[in-house]
Amino acid sequence: MDESLRELYQEMILDHSRHPRHFGTLEHPTHKAEGYNPLCGDKVHVTLVLDADSRVADINFTGKGCAISQASASMMAEMLAGRSLEEAQKLMDGFIHLVKGEDATDLSPDDREHLDVMAGLSEFPMRIKCATLAWHTFSNAIEEGAA
Amino acid sequence: MTAPFTNITGKINRAFDVAAARADFPILSRTVHGKPLVYLDSGASAQKPRIVLDRMNEFARTDYANVHRGVHYLSGAATDAYEAARRTVQKFLGAAREDEIIFTKGGTEAINLVSYSFLAPKIQLGDEIVLSVMEHHSNIVPWHFLRERNGAVLRWVDVRDDGSLDIEALDAAINSKTKLVAITHMSNVLGTVTPLKDIVARAHAKGVPVLADGAQGAVHEIIDVVDLDVDFYAITGHKIYGPTGIGALYAKRAYLKAMRPFNGGGEMIREVAQDRITYADAPARFEAGTPAIIEAVGLAAAMDYLNGFDRNAVMAHEHDIYDYARARVAELNWLKVIGDAPGKGAILSFEAEGMHAHDLATILDREGVAVRAGHHCAQPLMERFGVTSTSRASFALYNTRADVDALMAGLHKAWEILG
Repeated sequence: MDESLRELYQEMILDHSRHPRHFGTLEHPTHKAEGYNPLCGDKVHVTLVLDADSRVADINFTGKGCAISQASASMMAEMLAGRSLEEAQKLMDGFIHLVKGEDATDLSPDDREHLDVMAGLSEFPMRIKCATLAWHTFSNAIEEGAA
Repeated sequence: MTAPFTNITGKINRAFDVAAARADFPILSRTVHGKPLVYLDSGASAQKPRIVLDRMNEFARTDYANVHRGVHYLSGAATDAYEAARRTVQKFLGAAREDEIIFTKGGTEAINLVSYSFLAPKIQLGDEIVLSVMEHHSNIVPWHFLRERNGAVLRWVDVRDDGSLDIEALDAAINSKTKLVAITHMSNVLGTVTPLKDIVARAHAKGVPVLADGAQGAVHEIIDVVDLDVDFYAITGHKIYGPTGIGALYAKRAYLKAMRPFNGGGEMIREVAQDRITYADAPARFEAGTPAIIEAVGLAAAMDYLNGFDRNAVMAHEHDIYDYARARVAELNWLKVIGDAPGKGAILSFEAEGMHAHDLATILDREGVAVRAGHHCAQPLMERFGVTSTSRASFALYNTRADVDALMAGLHKAWEILG
């Protein structure tokens, strides 16, 4: 068996894609955005509540697509909940570096460990956009998606 | 093995020998991720035989210059080669005249040319265009333009659950407001081959012209536009073992004479003054600017290559591979085939339970098996079958039963990982 495939589709990724966390739509979001990749049809819809201190008080997503895109969205929502925007930006930068196989020193050791399951993506350059879709959608929600 | 026979181009055909044919395609000997390449994506773009690559190279090295109007020797040689390529396309499609062949950059441009130059000037608010739900976006979007800009109405014809065209529904959709029937000759997703001659007869009975998207059809069927009586037939070079950047539109002479130019520029004029202009006749009128000269020569080489076989034997081979693949995937109860129309071509689209097409395609890729995954530029069809994407294995003359076996091994592996 191809080890890189096993790494890409390890249990944790499949678990997140089959049983996504934070799945749903928040009723009173402060920000929302729809992410769509027209090349493959992957869709992610993000709703979130930003509190007075610019902290992600709550975040949900719905979506449809490949295991990578949905697992990534699920992990993202799980990790972003409770973070400040500044921390969220750092996490996103680190995540994108990680999946591209670049130096991800901006990630804290805990985050790096948590996201380790995504590191295998760097071996699959055609699939990186699947993993980054949710993050770009989150970013769009913050920048232009005030509800 | 079938006996050699003489085809319409007057050449002696080779009987079809897949092992020999594979040796004509240099890329087929490479590996991908350490595994022998199993190329099942010819429906998106076919690989090129050495003879096409060599011919383009040789032409560029020895006879290349810009075409038309040149006085010098090479311009004449290049013009001869370019116009000879047009005659090759003419014969390949069975057209009566060479000036009924317009070189385009592909099938998409050919259809857009008909949309802009033929149909747009005729469309009044509420006029209708009949098309099927299994069209490729290239045979949908140009008509959407006319809906947006001219108020045309798109009248969609459904396919049956097996993927076959509902010809009675198509007939019923054609009415006094219909200005064109735009229909694929072979679906790039379902593999369905449409009864083009019957469609044309029914449309003509109501005075409506027919455009056929032949991007797949011209590769897998033997085309005779005169016998079909089709009004427009669009093809692309790269799916027919030729280069990218070249395609062609066949259009009946009577239509071409009345069509306005599409692009404006060099080559397509008769006379230009400060306050008036007259245009060249077809085909030059529709070939503004320097055309894809080397690619046209390459396309002709590809057609000659294909015509060098007994085309019926090639078709029989492709059907054999498809039938084998269809029977093998029937063993997998978690896989659902979309498109089982009688007489369909060698394209196998399927959905795998609990597996997204992209994840499946990634796993197959690691086995060296190249398939396409996604909506295949046919979103209305995806909607019709209630899916967002499918995986597609499309077979060409160089595919073998061993390729199907490799696909099956990859599918089993995908089930092991994702199932």
